[in-house]
Amino acid sequence: MSKMEIRLAGTGGQGLITGTIILAEAGIFENKFVAQSQSYGPEARGGMCKGEVIVSDEKIGFTKVTRPTFVMALSQQSFNQYCKDLAEDCFVLVDETIEVPEDYDHKNFMKLPILATAREKVGKMQTVNIVSVGAINEILKFSSYENIKKAVLMHVPKGTEELNLKALEEGAKLAK
Amino acid sequence: MKNVKLMQGNQACVEGALAAGCRFYAGYPITPSTEIAEGCAARLPQVGGRFIQMEDEIASCAAAIGASAAGVKAMTATSGPGFSLKQENLGYACLTEIPFVLVDVQRAGPSTGLPTSPSQGDVMQARWGTHGDHPVIALSPSTVEECYTLCVRAFNLSEKYRTPVIFLMDEIVGHLRESIQIPEEGSLEIVNRTMPKDLNAPAYECEPGSLIPSFAPFGHGQRYNVTGLIHAKDGFPTNSTEIAHNQVKRLMAKIDENLDDILSWEEKDTEDADVLLVCYGGTARSAYSAMEDLQKEGIKVGLFRPITIWPFPAKRLEELSRKVKKVVVAEHNNGQILLEVERVVKNNCKIDFIGKVNGTVITPDEIANVVKEG
Amino acid sequence: MASNLVKKYFREDHLPHIWCPGCGHGVLMKDVAQAVENLGLDKDKVVLVSGIGCSSRAAGYMDFNTMHTTHGRALAFATGIKMARPELEVICIMGDGDASAIGGNHLIHAARRNIGITAIVFNNDIYGMTGGQYSPTTPYGEKGTTAPYGNIDRPFDIPKVAEAAGATYTARGSAYDAVRTTKLIEEGIRHKGFSVIECASICPTYYGRKNKKGSAVDMFRWQKENSVSVEKAKTMTPEELEGKLVIGELSRSEFPELTEQYQKIIDKVQIK
Repeated sequence: MSKMEIRLAGTGGQGLITGTIILAEAGIFENKFVAQSQSYGPEARGGMCKGEVIVSDEKIGFTKVTRPTFVMALSQQSFNQYCKDLAEDCFVLVDETIEVPEDYDHKNFMKLPILATAREKVGKMQTVNIVSVGAINEILKFSSYENIKKAVLMHVPKGTEELNLKALEEGAKLAK
Repeated sequence: MKNVKLMQGNQACVEGALAAGCRFYAGYPITPSTEIAEGCAARLPQVGGRFIQMEDEIASCAAAIGASAAGVKAMTATSGPGFSLKQENLGYACLTEIPFVLVDVQRAGPSTGLPTSPSQGDVMQARWGTHGDHPVIALSPSTVEECYTLCVRAFNLSEKYRTPVIFLMDEIVGHLRESIQIPEEGSLEIVNRTMPKDLNAPAYECEPGSLIPSFAPFGHGQRYNVTGLIHAKDGFPTNSTEIAHNQVKRLMAKIDENLDDILSWEEKDTEDADVLLVCYGGTARSAYSAMEDLQKEGIKVGLFRPITIWPFPAKRLEELSRKVKKVVVAEHNNGQILLEVERVVKNNCKIDFIGKVNGTVITPDEIANVVKEG
Repeated sequence: MASNLVKKYFREDHLPHIWCPGCGHGVLMKDVAQAVENLGLDKDKVVLVSGIGCSSRAAGYMDFNTMHTTHGRALAFATGIKMARPELEVICIMGDGDASAIGGNHLIHAARRNIGITAIVFNNDIYGMTGGQYSPTTPYGEKGTTAPYGNIDRPFDIPKVAEAAGATYTARGSAYDAVRTTKLIEEGIRHKGFSVIECASICPTYYGRKNKKGSAVDMFRWQKENSVSVEKAKTMTPEELEGKLVIGELSRSEFPELTEQYQKIIDKVQIK
């Protein structure tokens, strides 16, 4: 890995911004350079929502994602907007509820029951971002489990640690 | 790596201010600077400082100046529309020589504009926003780490020169999160104002050889007068044309005659560059990446990044412009620093310009394309 | 007696003041000095903040820490001073336009916060410094250079506005009634929260001349003959009170003072 450009998109309230912050935090524990940014404004309060993080071995110049190496979409709208015209080696992860057109021919593609796992296996929809982080880390393998765990614990509300660690584990299991 | 943290630019600005000794913040909510107010509200009482949310931007600026006059290092932060409102009392602080730091996290304008989109459209307002001739120091950070270290410098310059300093951030760095190495306590130079030796001396009297009067905060026994009217050394209003002339000239001279101390800029690969990029603030991040791409193609490109936007590092840019084939200015406005570059570079070389005013960020490719246009 | 007061509280080398002959501001400024004297405050710890206008020049004449700020903003500057250094005694002198037009927002919010500042409004019912334009306190129907056909705006009752916004002490004095006004200012300074003392001044030069009120002496006589104490006013009907100047303590209430509340936050969260 020299440089990863990660974009997480979905609906406001899914906690995807926090998801990118956790990934950035874990990146720092792995002695990487990181740059995290997000969409702001009214659209971040319930509409479509986007968080980005760049993780690199070298100093980061431009801080926005231009050539994504990994895109996750948790809503139909975000899939429609962000999962097309990507480089061949970009990994695309979508929730199983997303309707993917038959002519969608991106090869590096995976569908996982992320929302369902949060809702049913973990039992709390709010953990969807941590389930995602677990799955992403498993796919990209950019952080040790210890470090990603540490990063998660830094950014979840007090009293929800156990629940979120379960979410992380379930997410990792999904992608194994 | 020790004490490395993931931090947002706005948050780093808060931590830098605290490290510089800031113990007062007055503000009014406005995107994209609000995290600075939120950070100060949480952090200031933890270090014995005080935060207040004022009724408007004008009052926030006034309260910060009041706190500083009472001897407490103070800051206020805002964005475009609020920056317009703060101009009134910014001028007051220039003339009364009360230090404080005014942060402007620029967003796209004019007017309410694009509230969460990046811009550098306040560069000229930072220079000439408040009425009348007045001194200005404005610094612009390009990284989250600089949001911290340069904020410390903003306070230092403000105290040293007894003048407000504008910390000209932009949405790109303000909302960016990246790793920063928190400087160890005691490793940073911190400048504090100097008390007058003689409390009976006129409040605005400068020591021989100095252009900057010392400063006793309210309550220390000097009982002087502060006024936004042109005033004599004793702080009292006057209509004397001679005093008016001398006062305005001294205010300008305390910056103009200390450029060696105040000016700062970054140079990257300027030694043998054919093309020189001139970028500052968040735009410099696009320039770094553009340079990497261009250099891989064998194009000799260098970067000149003003860190002090005002005063502008004119002399060095002029020297560099004699050695290159062209200068490319990229900024998120319709050509504000461009005017300064044109003034400095004159006919030394060609000048190309990339200016974006649609709320999106100038990409490295856009810069690279203009560089290659020849 | 007065000369001792001048020596102690005024910057004699900056006198005489610039106010017109007959202006009520000089008397009111003396009342402020007398109130500080009666309270025995340490001059070094008194900060006098003013805005812009005729009233604002008082700051330059008085021997405290003085700050002559921008138009309407005195309370905003004062809020910063008081927040930063609560141990200082912060007094604001403002004019009627200064305090209730351009500075109206700062007035109501200082009141709402109940910050320990004493706001003294020299109300001459007119913009004097700029030459006699009508202000938010110019009585209905009266004239100013910008109300040549009579003022059609309703005037503010500044103490009422302040009380409604949360000021915990409000009072009204007058240039004529120096003894009582001094006491009211004294009480305002002693009061812990935000206090507002409106002081009816007179402007013979603009307000008086524009509205045919006679000489300065006539205007002072008007104040004398039309002043009604708060106690007496309670026995009068609204019709009887029409056009009268109600003098005295108008309201007083209890609410924690802002900087004391903030100190409690510091005590609780400060990292030692």
